Formats: sequence, C-alpha cells, structure tokens
Amino acid sequence: MSGEARGALPVLRERGQHEVFCGLTGIVWLHRKIQDAFFLVVGSRTCAHLLQSAAGVMIFAEPRFATAILDERDLAGLADANDELDRVVERLIARRPDIKMLFLVSSCPSEVIKLDLSRAAARLNERLRSGVRVLSYSGSGIETTFTQGEDACLAALAPLLPREESRSLLVVGSLPDVVEDQFARIFGELGVAVRFFPARRSDALPPVGPGTAYLLAQPFLSATAQALEKRGARRLAAPFPFGVEGTRGWIEAAARWAGVSAERVEAAVAPAERRARAALEPARERLEGKTIFFFPDSQLEVPLARFLSRELGMKLVEVGTPFLHQEHLATELALLPGGVRLSEGQDVERQLDRCRAARPDLAVCGLGLANPLEREGITTKWSIELVFSPVHGYEQAGDLANLFARPLVRAGRLSV
Amino acid sequence: MQLSVWTYEGPPHVGAMRVAAAMKGVHYVLHAPQGDTYADLLFTMIERRTTRPPVTYTTFQARDLGRDTAELFKTAARDAYERFRPELLLVGASCTAELIQDDPAGIGQALGLPIPVVPLELSAYQHCENWGAAETFYRIVRACVKAAPREKRRGTCNLLGATALGFRHRDDVTEVTRLLAQLGVSVNVCAPLGATPADLARLPEAEFNVALYPEIAGPTASFLAKTFGQPTIPVTPMGVGATRDFVRQVAELTGKDPGPALAGEPSRLPWYSRSVDSTYLTGKRVFVFGDATHAIAAARIATEELGFVVVGLGTYARGLAREVRAAAARYGVEALITDDHLLVEEQIAALAPDLVLGTQMERHVAKRLGLPCAVISAPVHVQDFPARYSPQMGFEGANVIFDSWIHPLMMGLEEHLLAMFREDFEFRPGVAPSHLGGAPTSPTSPAAPAPTTAPAPVAAPAPAAPAQAVKTEAKGPPAAPAAPTAPQAAVWTAEAEQELKKIPFFVRGRARKNTERFAAERGLASITLETLYDAKAHFSR
Ligand code: SF4
Ligand code: SF4
Repeated sequence: MSGEARGALPVLRERGQHEVFCGLTGIVWLHRKIQDAFFLVVGSRTCAHLLQSAAGVMIFAEPRFATAILDERDLAGLADANDELDRVVERLIARRPDIKMLFLVSSCPSEVIKLDLSRAAARLNERLRSGVRVLSYSGSGIETTFTQGEDACLAALAPLLPREESRSLLVVGSLPDVVEDQFARIFGELGVAVRFFPARRSDALPPVGPGTAYLLAQPFLSATAQALEKRGARRLAAPFPFGVEGTRGWIEAAARWAGVSAERVEAAVAPAERRARAALEPARERLEGKTIFFFPDSQLEVPLARFLSRELGMKLVEVGTPFLHQEHLATELALLPGGVRLSEGQDVERQLDRCRAARPDLAVCGLGLANPLEREGITTKWSIELVFSPVHGYEQAGDLANLFARPLVRAGRLSV
Repeated sequence: MQLSVWTYEGPPHVGAMRVAAAMKGVHYVLHAPQGDTYADLLFTMIERRTTRPPVTYTTFQARDLGRDTAELFKTAARDAYERFRPELLLVGASCTAELIQDDPAGIGQALGLPIPVVPLELSAYQHCENWGAAETFYRIVRACVKAAPREKRRGTCNLLGATALGFRHRDDVTEVTRLLAQLGVSVNVCAPLGATPADLARLPEAEFNVALYPEIAGPTASFLAKTFGQPTIPVTPMGVGATRDFVRQVAELTGKDPGPALAGEPSRLPWYSRSVDSTYLTGKRVFVFGDATHAIAAARIATEELGFVVVGLGTYARGLAREVRAAAARYGVEALITDDHLLVEEQIAALAPDLVLGTQMERHVAKRLGLPCAVISAPVHVQDFPARYSPQMGFEGANVIFDSWIHPLMMGLEEHLLAMFREDFEFRPGVAPSHLGGAPTSPTSPAAPAPTTAPAPVAAPAPAAPAQAVKTEAKGPPAAPAAPTAPQAAVWTAEAEQELKKIPFFVRGRARKNTERFAAERGLASITLETLYDAKAHFSR
C-alpha cells in the first residue's frame, strides 16, 4: 500500500485480496447486446460456474454462451486441445445457424497452459462456413477485472470495423437499446449523425477512420480506445453521461466537435433536462448529506461519485475503483470535491476495516460483501445492478439516483 | 473438452468452501485468481449467510506468474492466520493455481503455524463440488481424530454430511436429531455443520454413524467404520417408509424401543395420500433427477407413498451411479447418468411426464415445457432456503414433501415466467397463460406490426390482466372484467409502443400501466414518446 499524488487528488493504491469478478462476467450483458454473437469460454468448471452464478436468473432456452471445459486430456497435450476445440466449435456452429460471430474467450486456465485462441480463431476462420466470423479475447481473471471483459471484447472487434474517411461520430461502449435510442434522438435533433459500437448485430459494424471522433459511454474502455486510435479515431474529452451534468457535458463535447450552436443544444436537451431535474429532486431529499463508501467493482465508481456528490449532495468517504484511468477520467476527477479518498486496486480486509471505522450511510459493494455488511448495520447498494440496469442519460438519471436512495428508504421503513 | 452451458456442480474447491463455511474455527486459504471470489456470493446471497465464508483468496494476476505467486500465497496464509486466528487452516489451489504448481501444501506446512494445516489436493480437472466436499471433510477428520477412545458412549451417534449451501441440510439436522431423541439416542457430534475441529476429535466416541448425505459423508463414514468399528446406518430417512426403516434399524442397533418414535401417526402423508381427494394422483407419471441420495429417495416416495409411476430416474452424481442404476432397475427404467442438462431436457421432453421432480435446472426445463415441477435436490437456489422450518427428512420432512410435490399438480403451472419473458426476443410470442383462457391475449406480439392508430384492445395489455382480475375479485363489484379502461383509453403511438418494448421485461408491465394511468388522468388522447417519459418522470417521484 502506498499513498501517491496523482494530479490534485492523492490515491491509495492497494495490492491484496481483490473481491471482484473477472472479465468473463461481461458475457452476461454482451450476449444480450450483440444479438447474433455466441461467446464460447475456453476454461474450467470454475469459469462455467462463475458465468451461471453471475447470470443467475437469466437462463434462456438456448443461451448464446457456453464453456468448453478443459479436462485432463486437454492439459496433457496442446495439439489435442486444439483438435478438441475445433471439434466443439464445428458442432456448435452446425447446430446454431443463427450465429454470425463467435467469440473464443480465454480464461485463466487456458492462458496459463498457453492455449493460443487467436491462432485458433484464425484457423477456424479458414475452416468454417462463410458467414461466421471467429474472434478471440481474454476474459480471464489474471488479465481482466469485471468490466474489462467488455473492453477486451470491443478491442478485439475494433480492427474489423469497416474503414471510412469522412467525419463521423461514434459512441463507444455497450448501452441498453432503450438508452441508445434516446441518445440517437438527441443527436438527431442536433443534426449530428451518430453510430454506436458495439452494434446490435455483427453485420452492422460501424465504420471508423481518421475522420472519426468517438465519445466513450463507459469509463472502462482503455484498450478499446487504443484500438480505435490505431484506426485513426480520436477521443472527445468529456465527462461520462451519468446524471444531468455528465450527460450535458457529454453531449456538448459532441456538439462542439460538430459545430452545433449552444442554443440548439439547449433547445434539444431542455425538456429532458427539466424532467431529469424533477426526477432527481425526491432522491436528493433522501440522499443529501449522507455519506457513501465505494468498494471497487466496475470502474463506474468515479463518475457515479461525481454525480452523487454534485447533483445529490452526498458526501464521499472513499471511492474505490479497480483501475483509475487518469486520462479518460480527467474531466471527472476535476469535478470531484477535495478531500475525497480515492483508492485503486484492493485489499478487501483492510478496506472493510476502513469501511467499518467510517460507518458510512451507504456502502456500494459486490454481492459477496453486501449481506455481511448489512448484518453489521451498514446499508448497502449492490454494485452489479449499476452495470445491469439502464442508468445512462437524462431519462435514467432519476432511476440511477433511486438505486442509491432505495436501500436507505427501505432501512428507514423497517422496524423489525 | 466438454461443452457446458449450465453445470449441476461447481468445482471441487467450492465443495471445500461448503465444508469450511459449515464449520466453526476453520479458515481456508485458496490460491486462486480474483474472479474465483464469485463463490462468496453463493453463500452470502443464496444462503443469506450473515458473514463471508471463511476463505482468503490470493488473487494472483498474470504479472505475478513466474515471479512471486508462491510468496503471495505465503503472505496470504500468514495474514489470514493473524487476522482470523482459526483452530485449523485448510490450504489449497483452485483450477488455475493447480496449473502453476506452487505447492500450497508444502508452503502451508512450512509456515510453522501453531495449528493443524490441512492441505487439499482436489484435482479440479477431474472432480466436482460434492467430491471436493467429501474429500475436504475426510481430510479434516483425519487431521483431527487421534486415538480411539477408551470407551464408546452408548446410545450416541454422529450425524455426518450436512454442509453450508446444502439442500435443506439445516432443517434435516434438526429433524433427525429430534427423531433420534425420541428413540433415546443423542447426537455426539454433528459435522461438518456447526462443528469445531475439537468436536471432530470426539467423533470416535459415538456408537454409530448416520451418513445423512452419502455423497459428502461417504469417505468419512467408511474411515470411521474401518478405524473405530462404528457402523453406519444404511438408510436415508427420507419419506415415511424410509424413516420407519431408519427408526427400526437404529432401534435394533442400539437395543432401544422403536415404539415411541413410531406411535400414533407421526406423519400426515399416509392419511393424506389415502384420502379420496388424492385419487387423482394415481398413476401420475413422474420423472426424477437430482443428486443420488435425493433421487433414489424421491423415486421410492413417489411409487410407494403417492401411487405415482416413475418413468425416468437419473443423477448427475457419477460417484453414486451404481446405486441409482440399481434403483432404476427396481422401477423398470434405465437410469440417466449425466451432467449434461440438455440430455436431461431431451429425455423429459420425450417422456412428457405429469410431474418433474428435479433440481432448479429441471424446474426451468419444466416451465418451458409447461410441466408441473417440484425441486428435490441441490444445486440450490435462494428459494431452497425458506424462512420456515422445511426439512426433507423424518416424518415432518414427509409432510413437507407431500405439500411441495402435490401443490404444483393441483395448482397447474405457475405461468408468471412465461408471461414475463413473452416479449423477449428469444421467446416465442403468443404463449398465453393457461389460466387466462389459453388464447394469446396480446395484440402487440412482436410478429404483428404495431398499429399506428390502435383500436381499444391495445389498452388492455396482457401483462396487466391478472392483476386487474385479482383486484376486481377482491373489491367485489364485478365490473366488466375485460378491458376495464377501454372506452376512453389513450392510444399508443407506434413509436411509443416500440419504445416500451425496449424497456426490460421485468418492469415493462408496470411502465405500461403507469403511462396509461398518467395519460388517462390528463385526458390525453394518445401516448407519444414524450408522454411515456413524462409519465416515467412523474412516477419516479
Ligand atoms: S426466473 Fe424467477 S424463478 Fe427463475 S431463477 Fe429467476 S427468480 Fe428464480
Ligand atoms: S478468474 Fe479465471 S478461472 Fe476464475 S472464473 Fe474467471 S477466468 Fe475462470
């Protein structure tokens, strides 16, 4: 553990037990977003068990993800493991003609035994029927933390995007369809054409090129950003679209790039902004002055802390995040109040000690910690809901605030 | 390499966690990457445990590989000892750590801690959760049990095999303890559930053992039998017949009188099953699948106590395949031994039974196929930890089983899930809940294009219908039940209707109702996108 000054705010960096999911978890929402893609994890029984535990209630008739579980024979010889993988994939593709894109997702075991899935993907692309594209990325816990799985997936997709020369705007990061459409309407009113990455279907990949400006919709996309920069695209610096302020700043960044007048922006967003402000009001009454402690989870922590402190008046005790991307978060960090404790990485036992000592009104944490903290009298908000529910943009600002208000309201109601 | 969408059992280290979490004074240091910490949520969310399972993960990363992962393990183990002060430390590797061969066993022993350090070698690429639990329990017992006692305590037994995250283990232990007390037999040690390492040292003092769950208790029970001459009662007291057998065998072994425990009518099942109301149960065709213990017991109850016909019997527990095959032969069916749920689904679909007795997975399959189902076995779900007392074993367990198997048959199938998922793009449209008359009620099924100027029926959406029906009933005045708001209801524009479909299914019904109420209160003739979001903002206040 070491304190280190980063910009204006000191950051506590910790290296101990991390209590977070690995990147495989992203499959749970990515397979709903890209509706003709299949995600095949090459891993162990643990990986399969993680996926079903994280997906929990979402057991669909024919889910578009699965695990190829390595057994002893696969460990004994890589050549055989590759043959086995080909066999599994060929059967899968034959059974699912609806699948247009197949992601081979590597795990800790497959990476430790050095089963090279990018080569497997290349090999399979040669062998398979046309119309199925095979890609690979890492979702392993030794390389990726929770939302970084989406980052790795999109970074793998980026080189495949068609090239274009003209000026264009790209929103990057998977969003629920309903949110995507809201944003598309706002940009439409500004007269700015926009595309989204990832697209809902693998045959509708948005083009990219030196004229492309992109807006990150999620704060965890560092590898994706690099991959897009390699294609010539450049990032528009902006806050992330959470709450009124973040959404406004995010849209304004695009408007500036497109040369849209401030009046036109104002006109386009005013009704939604009015609604959002009204929707925030009741939550503000409940949250103002309350203290909040973030355990690291999704990398959404910094933008959410900014939203909660500036728009809802909450007091930040600690903002823990698995990884602090200084560049992508620059606008956000500048908006945080002074004196906030930022922590990066984790030593869960020490962090629990700090949380117990601080006794925040609300702790944002993973599912493994929530009930134990509640039992100790600390009200909690499960962080995973912040990733699984629509929370971006104006129309969801009230919902987002309510996710934090609800546990407090509930705790206040109960007298048993 | 096996393709798997859903697994009945987790990896073996999860079995070890179930043993560690069940006991007191035990801590488990697991060499594993960060993602493996997901296992904590099984305990804190599904079982609603109030504390984290006693597990420390090293959470090594790629950059640690080949450098200092062994050192990481050493530090984690030492810190865990300092912080938690356990009486016994388990050390082991998850699937990934097994591959990097840091030798947690050696490191653990070399730490020189003043407590027993028990290394676990669980072979993650060969074994599963139950095997891991059995092996862990056995290793801990071996480490704790010392010499044979001078004398056994007559009229006492050990209850072996109950763990954390077990299917009704908590209540089975209570029920079997009560049953034994009626026989004048007391429990010497119950383990792993609730035991400390010191308690395990007393295991040899009991006269005999009860292996509640042979999947987990098996190796320990045979070790105790061999080493200390403690017999194991070979019956699982599940169902009325098996409970009676169990009582008689314990009585015989201990020389006690079985009379008091069997007197009167200790279970309502026999009478309920004979009452005329149960006639319709006769010959119902059931499909049974689960762990071996529960599947075998369920097949016996189904045939002997409820008058069903077993048309399929299977297990995912390969370790006890022989026992399940033998049971299946008694019912004239071939046992299905597999951990591939797609095969199980296939067989259920082919057999089309009247009732499915299975795990949470078969429950989902049954829902899809429109079949009644009751859950009889792990893997567990939050619903398998009911607040009320709800054992499966003993006479009270038989009562619980009667209720939980018969209700799905009487009530017909719960339709809420189908209704909820109906508009999800991977579900077939037009599957209407049978209690609503069987015909698809929704005019907004994805197959049909949303009408621009919708006729009145659009305002009576399917998802809202059951709730409205209930309300009308409760209030009494039977107003026109269909389309209660139809006459002046606002019309959804195609755009708003489209938007509504994008809202997650689990809140869609409510969003629709609220928006319509909002529009009605304001006398709006049509519901536009703007109305939808105005209403959303209004109701989130
Ligand atoms: S869909 Fe419903 S029943 Fe199925 S797992 Fe989920 S909550 Fe349980
Ligand atoms: S951390 Fe590694 S081994 Fe564990 S579930 Fe994730 S990818 Fe699989």
